[in-house]
Amino acid sequence: MSIRRLSPNQPASFAFTKESQTQVDWWISKFPAGRQQSAVIPLLWVVQKQQGWVSEPALRVVAETLGMPVIRVYEVATFYTMFMLEPVGSVALVQVCGTTPCMLRGAGDLIAVCQKKFGNREHQSADGKFYWQEVECLGACSNAPMAAINDYYYEDLTAESFEAILDDFAAGKSPTPGSAINRTGSAPEGGPQVLSDPKLYDGSAAKPIKKLPNAAPKGKAAKEPAA
Amino acid sequence: MPVAKVNGVEVEFEPGMTVLQVAELAGEEIPRFCYHERLSIAGNCRMCLVEVKPGPPKPQASCALPAAENQEIFTNTPMVKKAREGVMEFLLINHPLDCPICDQGGECDLQDQAVGYGRDDSRYDENKRAVEEKAMGPLIKTVMTRCIQCTRCVRFITEVAGVPEIGLISRGEDVEITTYLGKAVASELSANVIDLCPVGALTSKPYAFNARPWELKKTESVDVMDALGSSIRVDSRGPAVLRVLPRLNEEINEEWISDKTRYAVDGLSRQRLDRPYLRRNGRLEPATWAEALTAAAERIKATSADRIGVVAGDLQDAESLKAAKDLFGSLGVTSLDARQDGMALGDGPRESWLFNSTIAGIEDADVILLVGTNPRLEAPVLNARLRRRWVAGALTVGVIGEQAELTYAYDYLGAGPDSLANLSKSKGEFLKALKAAKNPAIILGAGALARADGAAIAALAAGIAKTYKMTWNVLHSAASRVGALDLGFVPGEGGKSAGDLVAKGGADLLVLLGADEIDLSASDAFKIYLGTHGDAGAHGADIILPGAAYTEKDGIYVNTEGRVQLGQKAVFPKGEAREDWSILRALSDRLGKTLPYDTLAQLRAKLFEDHPTFGRIDYVATGVSPDLAAIGAKGDLGAAAFESPIKAFHLTNPVARASVTMAECAAEVSAAAKIAAE
Repeated sequence: MSIRRLSPNQPASFAFTKESQTQVDWWISKFPAGRQQSAVIPLLWVVQKQQGWVSEPALRVVAETLGMPVIRVYEVATFYTMFMLEPVGSVALVQVCGTTPCMLRGAGDLIAVCQKKFGNREHQSADGKFYWQEVECLGACSNAPMAAINDYYYEDLTAESFEAILDDFAAGKSPTPGSAINRTGSAPEGGPQVLSDPKLYDGSAAKPIKKLPNAAPKGKAAKEPAA
Repeated sequence: MPVAKVNGVEVEFEPGMTVLQVAELAGEEIPRFCYHERLSIAGNCRMCLVEVKPGPPKPQASCALPAAENQEIFTNTPMVKKAREGVMEFLLINHPLDCPICDQGGECDLQDQAVGYGRDDSRYDENKRAVEEKAMGPLIKTVMTRCIQCTRCVRFITEVAGVPEIGLISRGEDVEITTYLGKAVASELSANVIDLCPVGALTSKPYAFNARPWELKKTESVDVMDALGSSIRVDSRGPAVLRVLPRLNEEINEEWISDKTRYAVDGLSRQRLDRPYLRRNGRLEPATWAEALTAAAERIKATSADRIGVVAGDLQDAESLKAAKDLFGSLGVTSLDARQDGMALGDGPRESWLFNSTIAGIEDADVILLVGTNPRLEAPVLNARLRRRWVAGALTVGVIGEQAELTYAYDYLGAGPDSLANLSKSKGEFLKALKAAKNPAIILGAGALARADGAAIAALAAGIAKTYKMTWNVLHSAASRVGALDLGFVPGEGGKSAGDLVAKGGADLLVLLGADEIDLSASDAFKIYLGTHGDAGAHGADIILPGAAYTEKDGIYVNTEGRVQLGQKAVFPKGEAREDWSILRALSDRLGKTLPYDTLAQLRAKLFEDHPTFGRIDYVATGVSPDLAAIGAKGDLGAAAFESPIKAFHLTNPVARASVTMAECAAEVSAAAKIAAE
């Protein structure tokens, strides 16, 4: 990890778009009156969704929206490394996992691909379309090596498949997320080897489940508006 | 009360105390960095580890662990020793070894505790981290590489000062203390973080590289920058006062002081009057004491007593006021006034101009009405107390006057006298709270009392105080004010007030005792100025008699609650300057009205004899209340809104105006105000 600073290039101002504002209101309404500060992380996330990164004017807007000191928002934004503090690529933010399992399975090759295609890490590429960084474990170790591109995981990568995916992004396409070798989740290649008896899944082996223990009460929870 | 054992010794403690506090009750010293009695508990330095039974078999952070009945606490076991050494080793990993060039050296907690509790050598040979310096304004110098992330400064600014502007950013080994984008800390109490910082990360910018603590002469004294009379320690070397630090005084300032108290002292060596001056041919020229005193005496003799006026300033000690009153009283002068701002209080019972709740006692109030006062500027340390009560949820505040940012929320009731008059008819939560209050108090400031209709406002406020059974409090902003009023330094029979004296034709001869806050531009009187700085009063003077500033004389000051306190002489007066009372004594000799005292002790004896309240040093009466019906006088109320007498917090007296540091602070504040206005 390196020292996190706000970008020297900042926009003059920030305002939530109408869609963002709906989400902001929804998040704030989740907390009791006087505790709006609790929504600071979701709001910063909304900012990042809208802007691609978190700018300095946005910190002030969030502080004002939640009635909290801007230094507190600044603390949160610099604490969490998933908040990008400088402009990222207009097409994609590429986060390559470099932690042990991925590293052992060839994350070094993926990093080399990024380095070759986009230049140095934590910088925008020359065309401004890409921004890549190496991140700590993203929790998809069984599909190592992997990279998160924008909001999705691309797994079981090789240098070639990774490059192809990146080329697709550059060409304006949206490649299908998930395993590059068509695994189902983290199941073995070619499909599950165990627990393959269909009876396990049709309910005949157990009592039917009428109600999941932690299911939401019916008709109560407000739905999160679509991003 | 529950009982715990500390190193085998039984100690009774109050329920709710922490293990650290219990160990201290038993007389055990627990090293700590992040823990501070007046701040919330953070528990992040880990230096206070102790062994506790029953409990997990590992050291525990005593500052954050509640003590329990029959607990056994050990502070001297091998486990504790090893734990402390371990924590100290970790703290020192990233702490630079720059003690020889660090201003904290000699008064550094880390230095002391490393010697006391650390290992004898270092096993660390990796690279140390370096942190960029941060801008925190003209008072706080930062060397952030030295920071050990105790977060005392963050907690102080957020909790006590109420100006959440310092924070801890990033995380892990990258954490840094900073203000938001290098903004100066906009608090009147900001420099207290320098005292709180256990290492040399936040040090005093004006005092940087000036002296080592062991070189300094330390004099315990009393502050005169506001009327609270905070307890201070004046650190001086040779003839120069180098810095002022707070002294612990639970009754007044706890352990904080305002930035002005701390940093105005560089004004003590600038713009000073260090020799007598006489105006000859329209120009002030240096003179000898003999010439100046003779000229003054001749002038006084030649003027009839009813055309002489004496105006005393805000920083005068009681002794010089007493000497002036005795001297000019013996000449038949009745136009004496210490109220440059024209405050309407001064006759009637003593309690009518005191802060009767007392400064510590104001914490018992549950509802407070502030009238024409901005305590944040007029008494920042008192304001921190009010904020603390408000944060605890125990205080409701109503404000009539300026709608300023006070660091706590309040009900704004109006701007001027009408709002005060209509308080009982006002709608809203405040009146309800006031009616239900058990211990309400009213605080009046100069903004309400120092105006033409001041007496009428005082009477009105006293009526309200009586209706709602509020304790009567006057918050002064001049350190000399209560002492002067206690002495009766107000116009006598046929005497004129300060405002009338400085008007055109108000007097033929004006004697100004450090009076710099009054507009002298209209006055055509001959002026004798006795004071310390080449400030407003000295500019128009015809004879200048150089006096001693508050650090240069033993003096008695009475604070706003009526507490008599002794200021101590730390250094000698500048150049040929003399202590004020002795100048008046010398002058009295030339006037043939020799004052009956030759030493300060004799003067004090006379003072105590004539005014017994002065004899009770550091005493403050509690539970007294003036006859509210006798306060003020009926009269017409003006329509003008109440205005705080303090326009620029950092520039309220001649010492502060001569101070470069205060000028920088004032520039910072006005620049910030300009940005805010845009």
